[in-house]
Amino acid sequence: MSAVATRSIAERLSSAGTANALELRGVTKLFGALAALTDISLSVSPGERRAVLGSNGAGKTTLFNCITGDFLPTSGTIRLFGEDVTRFPAHERIRRGLRRTYQISQLFPGLSVLDNVYLACCGVSRSRFSFIRPRRDDALLATAEQLTEAVHLRDVRDIKVAVLSYGQQRQLEIALALAGAPRFVLFDEPAAGLSPTERRELVEILTNLPGHMGFIIIEHDMDVALRVAERVTMMHNGRIFKEGLPEEIEADPEVQALYLGGGHA
Amino acid sequence: MTAVSAKSPRLTATTQAPARPATGEIPGLYWVVGALLVLAPLFCSHFVLLQILGWAMILGMIALSLMFLAGYGGMVSLVQLTIAGIAGYLTAILGTSAVSGISLNWPWWLAVPVAMLVAVVFGTLVGALAVRTAGIYTIMITLAIAAAFFYFVQQNYAVFNGFTGFNNLIPPVFLGVDWHNPIAFYYLILSCAALAYLAVLYVARTPFGLALQGVRDNARRMAALGFSVTAHRIAAYSVASLIAAVAGVLLVWLNAQVSPGTVAVGPAIDILIIAVVGGIGHPIGAFIGALIYVILRTFALDALVAVGLSGERFQLLIGLGFLIIVFGSPDGLLGLWTKLQNRSQRGILPDREVSR
Repeated sequence: MSAVATRSIAERLSSAGTANALELRGVTKLFGALAALTDISLSVSPGERRAVLGSNGAGKTTLFNCITGDFLPTSGTIRLFGEDVTRFPAHERIRRGLRRTYQISQLFPGLSVLDNVYLACCGVSRSRFSFIRPRRDDALLATAEQLTEAVHLRDVRDIKVAVLSYGQQRQLEIALALAGAPRFVLFDEPAAGLSPTERRELVEILTNLPGHMGFIIIEHDMDVALRVAERVTMMHNGRIFKEGLPEEIEADPEVQALYLGGGHA
Repeated sequence: MTAVSAKSPRLTATTQAPARPATGEIPGLYWVVGALLVLAPLFCSHFVLLQILGWAMILGMIALSLMFLAGYGGMVSLVQLTIAGIAGYLTAILGTSAVSGISLNWPWWLAVPVAMLVAVVFGTLVGALAVRTAGIYTIMITLAIAAAFFYFVQQNYAVFNGFTGFNNLIPPVFLGVDWHNPIAFYYLILSCAALAYLAVLYVARTPFGLALQGVRDNARRMAALGFSVTAHRIAAYSVASLIAAVAGVLLVWLNAQVSPGTVAVGPAIDILIIAVVGGIGHPIGAFIGALIYVILRTFALDALVAVGLSGERFQLLIGLGFLIIVFGSPDGLLGLWTKLQNRSQRGILPDREVSR
């Protein structure tokens, strides 16, 4: 994989003044009187890999839900590759290259593994409304098969998702987010509940993503988060309170007091 | 993963073919049933052909349209009979009937397609309204529309001829065949039912059908994959309406009449019962349920009278049968069938279940 080459292209593009992959300005989300997010401003350049850390209830998943359009923010703007998508429904943002995974797997239990991935490939293509069955040499089907293989699910591809093991469901969750050539992916605790072996495989999948594909990862496992991320954003009580390189964040005494020291191994 | 590789030899054995896990090879039972249906005119009376098999296939198609929405889309609609009724009513109003003061006497090739088109448009509009609700509210809103249509046609004399409705509606002569002939009409119904059944099976494995099942399983994730969930649900209503509309035209030709009783609330709910009794997880369930319903409707009365009970009680029989089946197997008779099959051949893979 020529990840290095593609990354340098991405870097050149971004330095040439291309818009940020993701840009949040003053995003606030209120649930009644509860402020889940307060005045969040965040810029992620194309191809950048960002980790978002913070204790439970810091607003990390709410942030994802606002970015993907599951919730509309109470105020503030969200730009995706320069385009204001603040009022767009979720599927319109997805069609512009955004993807996400969920903390609790959101799959289609009544369909087979391959059908799950194939659906994900259809979602951003014109054939999502097709009334014609895919032929054996169908391009989307071939992509779905490759993707199924890439997340090590080839052997179970015709099995209904409802009977997959937890680890397999987590892998499928990632495959769904990688379908259809995404430009930017939000990973919500992809390593949660995985065994050490599965975590290693996950890190491998994440580090081997093509260089132009930026992502934000929410992760409690520092080994995973700090190994795959180039920059780290710390959240606390719905606010961003620190941003920097992984080693800076790790060394920061405030961060250690708030988060790393807080019972985390 | 280790868990996978432990299982894999067995799994790959069943899934080696590069093709998709489509409907699979056609089971022998299908050939037998198909042959029996095609050859039925050789050994069945006209009564059995039309009033049992024909009626069952027509009701089966309407139940199939519900199965498509409920089984694949997770949307329970009680308006399917109404959509069929609209197609039937418009066939009478635009075409030829004994009510010459209202019927416009259009040729059938114009009246029938327009009738079906209006029914599909109506079904799509109902869908656009209903998909904004979920669960019990979808049921209530569609039931309300069904009830409203019933009272409307009953009270409207200018267009729908009120309580009397329309009679003397007969299938036309086309392709050199008089479709009023019982055997010809039986084959017309059989072809339409088979086509509708195969179409639903086919669509279930297309991107549209898969996406509909995806919407049923997890609408939120579908949106996160780029699908417009609302558009997909409404389109499903259009497809289901088309099936119901075909059935509606056949229904008024079979009965030679259409009246408010055809689209009353009772029969509308019967469609749901048919689909549930047969099994809502697979298209064939709709036809199985319809056949049982028709047999009960036709013979329960005589059977009850024979054992000295009032013939009115046939609804009781249907109700009891419904309760027994639903309690015994939530997947209807089909679910019962798979249970028995699984018991006889242990260790069948779970992905071979009927409910896909």
